[in-house]
Amino acid sequence: MSRTRLSRVAAPLAIGLVFLLLWQAVVTIERIAPYILPTPLRVAQSLWMDGPSLLSSLLVTLKVTLAALAAAAFFGGAIALLFSRSRLLELSLFPYAVILQVTPIVAIAPLIIIWVRQPFLALLVCAWIVAFFPIVSNTTLGLNSADRNLIALFRLYGASPGQTLYYLRLPTALPYFLAGLRISGGLSLIGAVVAEFVAGTGGTQTGLAFRILEAGYRLAIPRLFAALFLLSLTGILIYLALDLLSRFLLRHWHESAAGEEEE
Amino acid sequence: MPHPPASAAAAPVVGLRGIEKRFGAMAALERIDLDIARGEFLSLLGPSGCGKSTLLRIVAGLAEPSRGERRIDVASEAGRIGFVFQDPTLMPWSTVFDNVLLPYRLLRHAGRAARERVEAAIAAVGLDGFERAYPRQLSGGMRMRVSIARALVTDPDLLLLDEPFAALDEITRMALNDDLLRLWERYRPTIVFVTHSVFESVYLSNRIAVMTPRPGHIAAEIPIDLPQPRRRELRVSAGYAALCARVSGELARAMEEARA
Repeated sequence: MSRTRLSRVAAPLAIGLVFLLLWQAVVTIERIAPYILPTPLRVAQSLWMDGPSLLSSLLVTLKVTLAALAAAAFFGGAIALLFSRSRLLELSLFPYAVILQVTPIVAIAPLIIIWVRQPFLALLVCAWIVAFFPIVSNTTLGLNSADRNLIALFRLYGASPGQTLYYLRLPTALPYFLAGLRISGGLSLIGAVVAEFVAGTGGTQTGLAFRILEAGYRLAIPRLFAALFLLSLTGILIYLALDLLSRFLLRHWHESAAGEEEE
Repeated sequence: MPHPPASAAAAPVVGLRGIEKRFGAMAALERIDLDIARGEFLSLLGPSGCGKSTLLRIVAGLAEPSRGERRIDVASEAGRIGFVFQDPTLMPWSTVFDNVLLPYRLLRHAGRAARERVEAAIAAVGLDGFERAYPRQLSGGMRMRVSIARALVTDPDLLLLDEPFAALDEITRMALNDDLLRLWERYRPTIVFVTHSVFESVYLSNRIAVMTPRPGHIAAEIPIDLPQPRRRELRVSAGYAALCARVSGELARAMEEARA
């Protein structure tokens, strides 16, 4: 383990620790009420007490998130593949993908929840809409980024479009797809939480977002912070998992993944 | 000599008649007439932007001439033409072995015989032991060797090289020059070699076609009747120096005329 790698973990941890200590000190000295800003210790306490129930809520949110991410990866990849096969298709459909992307999900989530009766599916659709675009745009870019000389070489050996896709375009697109996937991991969690917020009590199962809302109504601010903490922890874990996947798949050849082992 | 001299009357492998190429209003190539004999090592020599790469792509069938006729006498199946680009143009996600196997994969002949030929081609360029390495683990010269192995693995009739050593250092370049000559003696393809180095073209070729830009055309053809096989000692011989001087002179004169 090199020095840079050690400090990659240690440096942010140290910053976080300093921040928590300051937080604890300021709240204690200024005697800020716990329903306005609880101390980190109180949040930890609440995390311990409400942990089991919060975790089961987290599981509900996580299911939506992972299902949305899987759907985004599959359909995003498929749409990008279609776009790369037909320029006309890309030109005619890409603007609508952009429209879907720039429309705030909060604004259309109520409609989706009305249209899609099944709550889990409604949440899934919302999270998917937020998550699929980075994968589509990145993968489309990747599929069109194949080396021009390699394309010429493939032509010289009479390669079929299928061979060019399998041996050239797909491997070229893989790093782009994985970069899109890492962005979409975080976005599908955000999408799931936003959709749960909008669905509110309408949902039969209670996800983590609903617990945050509920804690806010009841001024149970330490629990709200505990739920928030779990949420960001989940986001970080999703990112790390996808980063690890990306490094594993690209370890032999891509600069992003193979850079460190030689130092 | 194990092979016929360039002037052999046998049917040429490549015959170009009145080739022209335009990109919009710009004439890239004009009135190119060129025959390339079987087994010949021909260099296209000229400055950047004289259209030598374009001409090479037309010979390969990768670009269509705007006017003129291209005749090529190789078996019609794909894989009879090998091409080496200025960059090694390897697939970074594949090992050396898989990169060299690519032509056979695309021709759907990736059986045991093909694998043996891949091993042989990798050994022929001096890279045995590196079959499982990835391109990023290799030096620039080694990558170019992989690229040459890939072009030669199907034992092509025609090998086209587009300034393959231009990005390499002088020492690597000289080593690869010798390697290319040994490979030419062994596989016997007809070679068209694009370069802007006078010394390289004289050392390697049977014949040099000097090209000038705007629009690109062949200003002079110079036979290089140095003894075969060529060895390193040749680089310091008087005959080599005299031919280099002559080719340099032709190139300078042609450039002068093109500018006038």
